Amino acid sequence: MTAEVTGTAATAPPPGAAAVRRPARVRLLWLLALAAALAACCAASLAVGSRDVPLDQLAAALGGSSDNLDQAAVATRVPRTVLALVVGAALGLAGAVMQGVTRNPLADPGVLGVNMGASLAVVTGIAWFGLWTADGFIWAAILGAGLTSVFVYAVGSLGRGGATPLKLALAGVATSAAFTSFITAVVLPRGDIADGVRSWQIGGVGGARFDTIEHALPFLAAGAVVCLLAARPLNSLALGDELAAGLGERVALTRGLAWLGSVLLCGASTAVAGPIGFVGLVVPHLCRLLVGVDHRWLLPYSALAGAALLTVSDVLGRIIARPEELDVGIITALVGAPFFIAIVRRRKTRAL
Amino acid sequence: MTGALATREAAVAAVARGRARRDRRRRTVMVLLALLVAAVFATTLMVGRTFYPPADVVRVVLGEDVPGAGFTVGRLRLPRAVLAVIAGVCFGLGGATFQTMLRNPLASPDIIGISSGASAAAAFAIVILGLGGPPVSVFAIAAGLGIALLVYLLSYRGGVADTRLVLIGIGVGVMLDSVTVYVLSRAPQWELQEALRWLTGSLNGSTWAGVLPVLLALAVLGPVLLSRSRALSVLRFGDDTAAALGVRVERTRVLLIVAAVGLISFATAATGPIAFLAFLSGPIATRLTGPHGSPLVPAALVGALLVLVADLVGQFAFGTRYPVGVVTGVLGAPYLLYLIVRANRSGGSL
Repeated sequence: MTAEVTGTAATAPPPGAAAVRRPARVRLLWLLALAAALAACCAASLAVGSRDVPLDQLAAALGGSSDNLDQAAVATRVPRTVLALVVGAALGLAGAVMQGVTRNPLADPGVLGVNMGASLAVVTGIAWFGLWTADGFIWAAILGAGLTSVFVYAVGSLGRGGATPLKLALAGVATSAAFTSFITAVVLPRGDIADGVRSWQIGGVGGARFDTIEHALPFLAAGAVVCLLAARPLNSLALGDELAAGLGERVALTRGLAWLGSVLLCGASTAVAGPIGFVGLVVPHLCRLLVGVDHRWLLPYSALAGAALLTVSDVLGRIIARPEELDVGIITALVGAPFFIAIVRRRKTRAL
Repeated sequence: MTGALATREAAVAAVARGRARRDRRRRTVMVLLALLVAAVFATTLMVGRTFYPPADVVRVVLGEDVPGAGFTVGRLRLPRAVLAVIAGVCFGLGGATFQTMLRNPLASPDIIGISSGASAAAAFAIVILGLGGPPVSVFAIAAGLGIALLVYLLSYRGGVADTRLVLIGIGVGVMLDSVTVYVLSRAPQWELQEALRWLTGSLNGSTWAGVLPVLLALAVLGPVLLSRSRALSVLRFGDDTAAALGVRVERTRVLLIVAAVGLISFATAATGPIAFLAFLSGPIATRLTGPHGSPLVPAALVGALLVLVADLVGQFAFGTRYPVGVVTGVLGAPYLLYLIVRANRSGGSL
């Protein structure tokens, strides 16, 4: 962790920004490394838990047999692994897009309160509007995420200097704190979802089921496509709005696309896994070290790395709390908060 | 000549009148607050699933054995109400001290992670180490002081910038809340009420044994803080001015921080970190009394009043019994947003 953090500090770009572009060879190499890491994470996620499965049993289980307890354990871990991969990728991608569009190194679906807004919307829907279908959850979450992002941006950009990184982050965490209180207040009277207080405040993938994942997938896919469409214009946006407009970029359209994509991703992933913070904060910073700031590379990398980070966090949550397990949102907060502090600590939180 | 003298005398008289008026307002507000605290305190003792008339309550408080009321009022409601008042005073004093010293309402101990640290340590001592009573408070205060130092060191970069300190404190608080959840997950079984206590604060299960350490802490640390209230007000004007006015800056600051963190930590060990209470009390008190004079005593009264009212509301206003921290959380969170909006509008130093 420390090594990564100091590494980030060191890449505050030197004049001429050498890190802007890495040779294609390097990027491909990292892509392979990342894919390998991802595969390892998946294997770990399937093998580790209250019952550890040896590798040969893991292979057999993946081959489709379910003859003994080990292989059955693997089968029950498949949905949560898939969910961790999907949600991690969505959050990593959403974080990278948010950082790009707000040009704010502190932007993250958790820090800016967007995930908590999605969660509050779902909880309100359940408690007051009789919402009870998987699709309803997702639509409510997307609506909540959209409204929250607009609200936080409006609060954060009031006054002198517009939406500076620190102002936006403060507005986000305050909104997040407010929504956390509201969620407790809304859910607590409902005995039937009272245990849900926990799952709607701290995200986790433990309760994953394939049917809910299936419902979320179209939304996540649409969000990912929209985000990737915005990748090239986001590069121009990084130069500043005026310059981007001068280069012929339709700034408002780009912002709209990026906003829509990230709201879809945040909303759908919160609807299936609860609010998970800091993945979208950490991942883009690390990926920028690997591949530079070109969004066409950064976005896919962030998705891959987000999937890896969330999966490995989930595994960690199962290891440190044996024989119980910790929700993955706790782990990402433990890992991500120091990262957040490190970025805030940098003398001048430069705009991206 | 006489004309000039007359004008000067008139000016002096005007200033004196203004000061007298402000003092009068301050005193009036404080007396009113104290009366309100007493009234709500009495109500808390009477109201509940069964109503007891004032006469019964008075007899119980005086130590007589009243059938029925003896247990309900003496063992359940009285410790709860007393703890509410004491915890409110502790959080109010601690919060107002930090806010005044750092000249920023957002820099209150419950926002910058100090309460979260005390809470995580208390939960750790109880759940993992199986401790109870005063040792829990020792853990809480050690963690509170440690976190205060940590946040200060992390945000120190040739001077402590306001927003950086607040954001870093929030980050530290997020981590510590995660630690609390982790600790609670090690308990034999997950108890929602217990989790809510250590994350947002609750008065459920108050006992005299729980009241005692907080009361002692308040008896020792409260006077320390109040005796330094003038120095605290002077510190607002900056270190150099304070030094020129005869305040030993470093010593005073360390003393104030230790006393404030001590109050917060002891209260947290008993009730959990009652959400936004330390943060709310100071600004509300200042709003009521006006910006003159020390905010400490008014903040303490407002804190006590808030806890009493929030607990009453939480217990009886809805079908469900809400822990006090949930009510203060719902009240405090919008106020936090409002403060940020106002700070941004006026072009703060963010």
